Amino acid sequence: MRGTLQNYNWKIQLKSGSTLPVSKTEIKSSVLTVKRLFSTSHSSVDSKEMKKFQLLAHKWWDEEGEYSALHSMNDIRVPFIRDTLLNMSSNYHLGNPLSGVKILDVGCGGGLLSEPLGRLGASVTGIDPLEDNIRTADQHKSFDPVLAKRIQYKSSSLEEIVEESMETFDVIVASEVVEHVADLEMFIKCCSRVLKPEGSLFITTINKTQLSYVLGIVVAEKIMGIVPEGTHEWEKFVPPEELERLLESNGFSVKTVNGMLYNPLSGSWSWMESTSVNYAMHAVKSGARGQSSPTDALSESESEQPSATAGTAV
Amino acid sequence: KVTVSGLSTFCSHRGHDIHFHDKKIALLEAGPRKECDHVPDSYSNRVSSISPGSATLLSSFGAWDHVCSLRLKPFRRMQVWDACSEAMIVFEKDDLDDMGYIVENDVIMSALTKQLDAVADRVEVFYRSRAVGYTWPLPSHSCDTSPWVQIELADGRRLQTKLLIGADGHNSVVRKEAEIKNIEHRYDQSAVVATLHLSEATDNNVAWQRFLPTGPIALLPLSDTASSLVWSTSHEHASELLGMDEESFVDSINSAFWSNVNHSDFIDTAGAMFRSAISLLKPSGTAVRQLPPSVAKVDPGSRAMFPLGMGHATEYVQHRVALIGDAAHRVHPLAGQGVNLGFGDIACLAHHLSAAAFNGSDLGSLKHLLKFETERQRHNVSLIAAVDVLKRLYSTRLAPLVLLRTWGLQATNALPPVKVRISL
Repeated sequence: MRGTLQNYNWKIQLKSGSTLPVSKTEIKSSVLTVKRLFSTSHSSVDSKEMKKFQLLAHKWWDEEGEYSALHSMNDIRVPFIRDTLLNMSSNYHLGNPLSGVKILDVGCGGGLLSEPLGRLGASVTGIDPLEDNIRTADQHKSFDPVLAKRIQYKSSSLEEIVEESMETFDVIVASEVVEHVADLEMFIKCCSRVLKPEGSLFITTINKTQLSYVLGIVVAEKIMGIVPEGTHEWEKFVPPEELERLLESNGFSVKTVNGMLYNPLSGSWSWMESTSVNYAMHAVKSGARGQSSPTDALSESESEQPSATAGTAV
Repeated sequence: KVTVSGLSTFCSHRGHDIHFHDKKIALLEAGPRKECDHVPDSYSNRVSSISPGSATLLSSFGAWDHVCSLRLKPFRRMQVWDACSEAMIVFEKDDLDDMGYIVENDVIMSALTKQLDAVADRVEVFYRSRAVGYTWPLPSHSCDTSPWVQIELADGRRLQTKLLIGADGHNSVVRKEAEIKNIEHRYDQSAVVATLHLSEATDNNVAWQRFLPTGPIALLPLSDTASSLVWSTSHEHASELLGMDEESFVDSINSAFWSNVNHSDFIDTAGAMFRSAISLLKPSGTAVRQLPPSVAKVDPGSRAMFPLGMGHATEYVQHRVALIGDAAHRVHPLAGQGVNLGFGDIACLAHHLSAAAFNGSDLGSLKHLLKFETERQRHNVSLIAAVDVLKRLYSTRLAPLVLLRTWGLQATNALPPVKVRISL
């Protein structure tokens, strides 16, 4: 069901043991609620966002072009991922530090981050809802025989691959993605499903502060043109506190939060103490299975609903 | 894949770096394979002065051991003086450590070949090969053509590479094909080289250089009884020297080092005054001028000459291309720095490529290549300019300039920090 992309606004209502009369609208919304939780249609993908990126699908690999800031972000995000993973494992393969690691690059775009990770030895699966992005990524990797084998691209949303990829990946990378998704909590839940226990989740995104509005939208888009205008919406920026809360309540343990700063004069990124504009986060999925978590409680109460409403359906 | 046109040092070094474990390197070498387990009795007339830094580089991948097992001569002191005055400058390390090493070029090549064999699984050497065509990647990235550099060899084989390194000398084909502009200047000088035998055996651990008005003459130690000659002079004089009989040739050399015919009373007096002034201020600032050993014989057939020039490429790098060594810069031999600059380029480029590989970057990407260029240009340009200035300054008999350089040399000799900097 690829064609329909709808902007669903998720509000899961917990009705634990309610004895109040249930109105028709409430019934309808409850039924729809249940259906959407288990549907496989795009739920965290935002169609407006897709349109923005469609226009630039061919510009990914121009290092001096619209995506130059993302190219130079590799200088800090690749070492961050590489060193975090190396610190956590005791194996080191000469020349291939990430050998044997299965990585999922969500919102991979043209493959800017997938390629360096592939070069370091990882097996990378890159997914992006936009077909043109995947086409660009596939074409670019095809010239390098080593990368062509190590990286697989798929035009898909995260939800669509959940079923076939349960607990498949050692690492998920979602860089500059969560500020574009429609439902962040759904996104995080899906990450949790496809990640192996004790797997790592790396997120880089933009904070929602006055400073990030000034620097991230006004300066970056309107004044200096670092990023094409309209790329970001301040409303969708995610404060690290909220991201941390969502992660922790969905079975993740946040290990690292680092602020990032872009210097438009030198075109380079660096780490900084403050997370008031850009930041990176590393979280680890809890290892033990069968631990009761809010998600378990959620599915329990929902599964009660169909029987409650079935009797009163018109 | 990385392709190097020319220099084997780079490939030897890169072949040993762990971050390059799964990268393949191709070396295109125009000459035949040169290797020998033992050195011939006679010395080759082409030698290089290897600085301690370069020796460290060569030992980092095992080549220096081979050099040591073949043949080399360490020197502890360097005396440089003027033919037009008494001024001189002496370089030596406080702890009497080796200042540098005189090594025959053939010995270096042989050592490198041995090390290349050790990494043959990662470095493929194409001996006697020549590239006849290069296809450069187009700047825009959206097209269907390969984004790598395509190389066509004379024997019809084709290679494609992510990074092409031009180490093919001052007439670099890679540089020309990449259309990188080169600032060059031909000096009206040629260098005459020869292998000389000394009148009597001596410790011979000093390198001697005297600035004559026609150009510097240098005597580099090879053993207790032999030294190598590098005499930069006018083209006419160089041809004359080559044509002379052996006795006249040896006489010219001895006279060049020993004769005071170019002195003038005025300069001598002025120089002496300055020297007294220095010895008042800094008693240890003046040293005794020693005389070089006298030459008795020249090895038959060892006399040769080659023209000298200066050159500097405006860019060392482009997308997927890097120039190192003489392909990037060419300098007068008066400072004995040419090959050491090249080794410095290698160490720097290797460092940046290694870091890029560890970051998963595309090796041909301009970003880290530019870092290499900035670092090396900053280092090289000032040295090349200084050597050029020295060459011009010392090519004259004009009194004011002689005075300037006399006092300058005497002052420099008295100032330890400046001396240390110069001796690299």
